[in-house]
Amino acid sequence: MKATEQPYAYATLLERLEELYEVEFTWLKVEQLVQGLVNLDRNTQDFILGWAERLLTTNVYISHEFIIRVVEALDRLERRVIEAWAVHAADTFDQQGLRPALAVIQQVDSFLESAHAHAEGVAFDEIESILSTFVCGLSGRRLKLAQGESVYTDSETLYLPNITAKLVKSKDNFLLCKAQVAFMWAQTRFGSFRVDFATAFADYPDQEQALAAFHALDTLRLEAYMERELPGLWRDMQRIERLRLDEMREEEGVCNTPLHGMWEMCRGVLHTPSSTIEDVLALVPQVLGLPIPQPVYQTRLNPEAVTACMLARMEREKILLRVKLAELVKEHKEETPPDLPLSGEEEEKKEVAPPEFEMREVQEGQGMELVLDDKPIAPPEDVKQLLTSIMLDWGDVPPEFLVPAGDGEYDPSLYQKEEKDIEDVWKGIYHEEGAFLYREWDFARQHYRKNWCVLRELELPPGDPAYVDKVLDKYQGMIKHLRRTFEAMRDENRLLKRQSQGDDVDIDALVEALADSRDGSEMSDKLFQHMHRADRSMAVMFMVDMSGSTKGWINDAEREALVMLCEVLEKLGDSYAIYGFSGIGRKRCEIYRIKAFDDLYNSATKARIAGIIPKDYTRLGVAIRHLTEKLNTVEAKTRLLITLSDGKPEDYFDIYNTQYGIEDTRQALFEARRTGIHPFCITIDQRGKDYLPHMYGHANWVEIDDVKKLPLKVADIYRRLTS
Amino acid sequence: MENTANASNHALIHDPSTYLIEKEPYYVPVNNEITLFEAAYANHLPLLLKGPTGCGKTRFMEYMAWRLRRPMITVSCHDDLTTSDLVGRYLVKNGETVWVDGPLTRAVRSGGICYLDEIVEARKDTMVVIHPLADDRRIMPIEKLGQLLEAPDSFCLAISYNPGYQSVLKELKQSTRQRFVAIEFDYPKPSLEREIIMHETGLDPAVTDKLLKLAEMTRNLKDNGLEEGASTRLLVHAGKLISKGVEPRAACQGAIALALTDDSDMIAAINELIGALF
Repeated sequence: MKATEQPYAYATLLERLEELYEVEFTWLKVEQLVQGLVNLDRNTQDFILGWAERLLTTNVYISHEFIIRVVEALDRLERRVIEAWAVHAADTFDQQGLRPALAVIQQVDSFLESAHAHAEGVAFDEIESILSTFVCGLSGRRLKLAQGESVYTDSETLYLPNITAKLVKSKDNFLLCKAQVAFMWAQTRFGSFRVDFATAFADYPDQEQALAAFHALDTLRLEAYMERELPGLWRDMQRIERLRLDEMREEEGVCNTPLHGMWEMCRGVLHTPSSTIEDVLALVPQVLGLPIPQPVYQTRLNPEAVTACMLARMEREKILLRVKLAELVKEHKEETPPDLPLSGEEEEKKEVAPPEFEMREVQEGQGMELVLDDKPIAPPEDVKQLLTSIMLDWGDVPPEFLVPAGDGEYDPSLYQKEEKDIEDVWKGIYHEEGAFLYREWDFARQHYRKNWCVLRELELPPGDPAYVDKVLDKYQGMIKHLRRTFEAMRDENRLLKRQSQGDDVDIDALVEALADSRDGSEMSDKLFQHMHRADRSMAVMFMVDMSGSTKGWINDAEREALVMLCEVLEKLGDSYAIYGFSGIGRKRCEIYRIKAFDDLYNSATKARIAGIIPKDYTRLGVAIRHLTEKLNTVEAKTRLLITLSDGKPEDYFDIYNTQYGIEDTRQALFEARRTGIHPFCITIDQRGKDYLPHMYGHANWVEIDDVKKLPLKVADIYRRLTS
Repeated sequence: MENTANASNHALIHDPSTYLIEKEPYYVPVNNEITLFEAAYANHLPLLLKGPTGCGKTRFMEYMAWRLRRPMITVSCHDDLTTSDLVGRYLVKNGETVWVDGPLTRAVRSGGICYLDEIVEARKDTMVVIHPLADDRRIMPIEKLGQLLEAPDSFCLAISYNPGYQSVLKELKQSTRQRFVAIEFDYPKPSLEREIIMHETGLDPAVTDKLLKLAEMTRNLKDNGLEEGASTRLLVHAGKLISKGVEPRAACQGAIALALTDDSDMIAAINELIGALF
């Protein structure tokens, strides 16, 4: 065991903190901090100083305040809670600014109270993926999960809070979230919202009370469904409800007063499988004025949100279904072979008769099926989903929904959700709706900054259409040479002879071997031949630096090199994509599509290559994360992400220009590598060796002095990966 | 068989009776697939069975082989399957070359059924070898022997593939698919699937219904993180474990959740669904 080290002396601590907080400039007082630290053991001192340094990169005042408070709170807080507290303060700073972050640090006691929430509560981010999939597995409308202030649904999105910590243990809190999600699913699935809230409660003097009674009664009805549909979960729900009651009794001394008998009566009525929302409405007057049961998994009822969402959806889905049915009719006509020739009169009749859709019950109560002109048809998945959603809202599919759309009803604005203009996001106050949000690695904090970068994919205005031809003319000879280089790499199927094992006997080798054997020599065992299979299956993504520093010859060289690359990659037949990246600040990161994997190398792509122009800055990490996701959607055995850049990561007057940017880029590359991507960097920065080995690893970058060598370098990388 | 004897005096001969299915396999017809198969067989037309994995394609083939009293040779296709693997090859034995028939040749010679399972997994150049067998010529050239085998009337070629796994890399060529009569398979309707599971596992109706519900839930996840939902085969596996006394949650986690995916979040979500049901 290592001997315990001596604590830092007063003078050492004073010097270190003065240096840390640059007291000459900041005028921060550090003597008080030193007083607090000097009596602690070395291990605790290191722990506090370590976190103070990590917080310093977020903000000097937060770090300073942290040391003051942490010493006071040391006895009350476990280390992992202190860490959670510090990270929470840093996150608050990222999201809301200095004042709320300082409040988090200063109100250590309230954090202590909520420390439980941080220790045993479950965060939305942690459960989102699992519960989204969980709710997707349940039947009915596809529901989304989102973070909200309270737990409710608008009938399409299920809102859960940032942290759920109603129960003592973290696993019970997860169970509670799962129960709440299932409860909200049941609301959409079993018709809780098939109520006109405005008129149904208009006659009650206290509408709020009536609504609460309605919600509690409906909860009884849904409980019965849960018991039948999800018995395992129902058992867990009862257990967490009992736990909650026990806790309440312990904390508040609440007696377990049994509910009024009327509730039991209502439960009896609503537990029958045939009970509907109408029965719930009918029972409301019976329970008015009685104490209302509120189980822990019951969510908030938000009639305004539900009504607004449903009205928009019902209108949209009606016309969308009609458009889809019209498409189905068209497809059906194309598939059905023409019948025997009809007489003139029959022909006329046939043309006049409009196609008739109806919904019919399948045998044995196995749901409904779509029928066209008396014949059942199998609708595609999206139409099935649409029919399910309509049936959930209406109870069935109203006949007027089953009339295929006519001319003039194909206007997408009638049935598509309103999409924001991609350019709007940059107008006025920054808003992030519809943009991609990416995290960023803060190496000093050793944590990610959540949703830190806002990225948009934008169209690149085309450049001079004749540009590519000019480049091809200029580099005719070079391109010929490149083609030969790449063609040599094209791995054809070929027969390998004289192998020790293979698909067939190599008769030539065998004859020789037999002759050898009769001659008294040793017989070779290489008597087989086999077909070498060429299956390179490569996808390569080029990530082109479009920062302002590429202005001039670098930009020209980049474009010329891309033209040459496209020419040879087309020859090779591998799938490839080219994206440009630039941006200014973390809120305005931009990716420009030059050639997507599916795009052909045609005049439009060529014009986009010509249109590559220097823009703003080089925030590399976010671009790598975005393009990694894109690259991972392509099916290929080998995936390659090649960055063409002229320098190290940088952004406008930002921390990104420091080690922070290099570390974030390194982390983004780690993430890419973990998903099986091979990242490479081709740079023309002569100082690249100072930082590129750290970011990309020693073997995964090359520096070139002439960008025209770039295609040859790409060929090298290819060879390295495929040989 | 006479043809086999003619091929080579030294050939390793496999007795076709090895491939006869003696006992009636359990199979419940879903649609008109039996009639369709028999009509195609009578007209010497090759068959293509389409459908998700584990929905009963292979069982159907076994049933038809039993019904038609024909030996059935199954080849599970993979991306290293060569033409020689199907047709046959020379081996060196005691200093001499010996020809060994491949499974396809064996099936042709014996007038049996050759079933190429998951055909899209095989290399495209290998697949070309079945073309002359799959059209009205019904012949099979064995270049290395200099022979042209004519398929007897009783020979039948059947292939299967799963359109769910279809991708740019694994697509059935038009020139191949347009030679076949296609029969589409899907998961059986719930009432039929219930009957199958109860028959195969001996489970009681209540547990069987829970398995069916779980199957529906995982099938809802298709294209939402799962390539395929739980097949009837997986349900039967889970059911067999349960009927042997394994706790239902553990049985479903092992036989269904872990069998469907390696993604930890997806496994966790399916486990939550299992937990909600049992």
